[in-house]
Amino acid sequence: MSDPSVATIEAPHVPPTSLTVSSTDVAVQMVDVNKWYGEFHVLRDINLTVMRGERIVICGPSGSGKSTLIRCINRLEEHQKGKIVVDGKELTNDLRKIDEVRREVGMVFQHFNLFPHLTILENCTLAPINVRKMPKREAEEIAMHYLSRVKIPEQANKYPGQLSGGQQQRVAIARSLCMNPRVMLFDEPTSALDPEMIKEVLDVMVGLAMEGMTMICVTHEMGFARQVANRVIFMDGGQIIEQNDPVSFFTNPQHERTKLFLSQILH
Amino acid sequence: MNAPANSFVRNALIEPQAAPRNTVGITGWMRQNLFSSPLNGVMTVLILAFIVWMVTPFIRFTLVNAVWEGADRSACATATGACWAYVKAYLPQFVYGRYPAAERWRVDIVFLLLVVGLVPMLIPRVPYKRLNALFLIGVFPIVAFILLTGGHVRLAGNLIPSSLMAPSPLRFAVQYAIIAALIIGGLALFAKLAERPVKGSGTTASIILGYIAVVLFLVSLDFGLVPVETANWGGLLVTLVVAITGMVAALPLGILLALGRRSNMPVVKLASTIFIEVWRGVPLITVLFMASVMLPLFLPDGVTFDKLLRALIGVALFQAAYMAETIRGGLQAIPRGQYEGAMALGLGYWQMMRQIVLPQALRISIPGIVGSFISLFKDTTLVIIIGLYDFLGQIQASANDAKWASPVTGLTGYIFAAMVFWAFCFAMSRYAAFTERRLDRGRR
Repeated sequence: MSDPSVATIEAPHVPPTSLTVSSTDVAVQMVDVNKWYGEFHVLRDINLTVMRGERIVICGPSGSGKSTLIRCINRLEEHQKGKIVVDGKELTNDLRKIDEVRREVGMVFQHFNLFPHLTILENCTLAPINVRKMPKREAEEIAMHYLSRVKIPEQANKYPGQLSGGQQQRVAIARSLCMNPRVMLFDEPTSALDPEMIKEVLDVMVGLAMEGMTMICVTHEMGFARQVANRVIFMDGGQIIEQNDPVSFFTNPQHERTKLFLSQILH
Repeated sequence: MNAPANSFVRNALIEPQAAPRNTVGITGWMRQNLFSSPLNGVMTVLILAFIVWMVTPFIRFTLVNAVWEGADRSACATATGACWAYVKAYLPQFVYGRYPAAERWRVDIVFLLLVVGLVPMLIPRVPYKRLNALFLIGVFPIVAFILLTGGHVRLAGNLIPSSLMAPSPLRFAVQYAIIAALIIGGLALFAKLAERPVKGSGTTASIILGYIAVVLFLVSLDFGLVPVETANWGGLLVTLVVAITGMVAALPLGILLALGRRSNMPVVKLASTIFIEVWRGVPLITVLFMASVMLPLFLPDGVTFDKLLRALIGVALFQAAYMAETIRGGLQAIPRGQYEGAMALGLGYWQMMRQIVLPQALRISIPGIVGSFISLFKDTTLVIIIGLYDFLGQIQASANDAKWASPVTGLTGYIFAAMVFWAFCFAMSRYAAFTERRLDRGRR
């Protein structure tokens, strides 16, 4: 079992892209985080420090706690022990802090979670208008900017139900970006997509990474991990089993459990 | 090559061809739905015969043998059909009850204002929905109240002892100012203690209290209208007042109760659950009886409530409990992901409910909401047991009038009542279906 302190390596590895990672500016810090669902211990002594500009991929078998981990970062799940600090704000029961954190942290879900009764444009402008109190016009301009960036500006006035899965997920990414988040969380963003649509979503995510967005992605897209991640984390049984830079992680896994997992998913 | 070939390549594409003649058009429809087999053919003929057998006597009674003209019972005494002359003679009572004939123009104005306010509201294409809603919710009820009752409500302010100040509108104003100040002060204190000021709550409270003050001032003014006691109201007027007040009050209250019952806060949840279960567990007749007979026993001497008002409150609270359960059903159908999507964007609880959850939940609940509106509309007839004469009660009372007594008078009255109730309820049902289709369009 790896020593939990290993989990706080300050990105010593050479990143696979030319992008620089801040060595002083911490985006997310988790210290000895534990969480239980009733009696079930789903997160055990999680220690993780994410620097600004870092791109982290978390993988692991289902039920390993990886989704729960990133959902703790914007308090969709509550942790019972330990400390989580996001963008300098600690997550406690203080509702104001939680709202502040959620404003700065974007999240993309497996099932998109677009609002079906609003148009694509309204989906994107809702939070800027209601949360950031932005004038409608400005919010729409920003929304169109990001919709163009995910390459679907022409769908702005349609409803989510009229779009394909890949398009919906790109809208979901644009919707998060409209809030100008400092950290983006991705919870298996491609798992519910047809194989043909995975690439269009991954392309957007790669683009985002290239611009230096701090990203934490739960995904099994190992190609994506190789291409953009600075660090790959492997979880099982609610614990971080191993983490390393992608090259070492894939070519030279240390822990038996990691080796088994990789042998199952890499053919 | 006798064995089935493993490979196949199409040389020519098949062009679309017309469907067989007897599977399309009216013949196709009849063949498919009415005469698809010999048994179904026989059934179709039998049922058609049954319908004719049932409907013919009804048409004969209501139309062919009906009496249309006449001045009293002699016209209908030997009739074998409906006595429409009686309905015609009594129509004003059916609509206004015992509302004084000279003052009925006031009721007419209220009906007219209702139609003028409601029709553009119901047609989606008509603009200015916000102003329209403001008129219907903020202005119309006050105008209707003043016109129907005559206004000039005497406000005396019972909470301040007479030894300090004689009963007068001024005493009421002082009392109201004190209460308003207490509410706003309480809100400010709460915001300070909770360290989480809800933005604009002070302004909102001031606007609401100010609006109530204006309303109270207006209804206490003397417009020179003859006061008409609610005991003299009747007929369609009472039916509509009870039904519309019930619907308008029950919907927001029901939404709050439904949200309360699904709340994470144990006290709110418990209170909502108890309220809903108590009111749903009691028959409406009991509620009305309690409101009319029991409630006065508990009130201090000198405090009297109008009987109609008591019935209105009873109906509204009763209906709110049903509404809450209907809406809770809709809330439960909203997937967790919608809540998570909204929360992840940083929306607060009320923003999330108002923008994301309720619009979808109410849309799902439309059939249920309209269902309970329709049953409320029909349940208004129960107010007769506390001595209020609604539309049906008025018809029942008139059927015993010696001037028109005949074997067919009562029957005619009930057929007329059924037709009017059906027209209202069917209209509501169709409008709901239209709304459902309209709201559903964007989702496919």
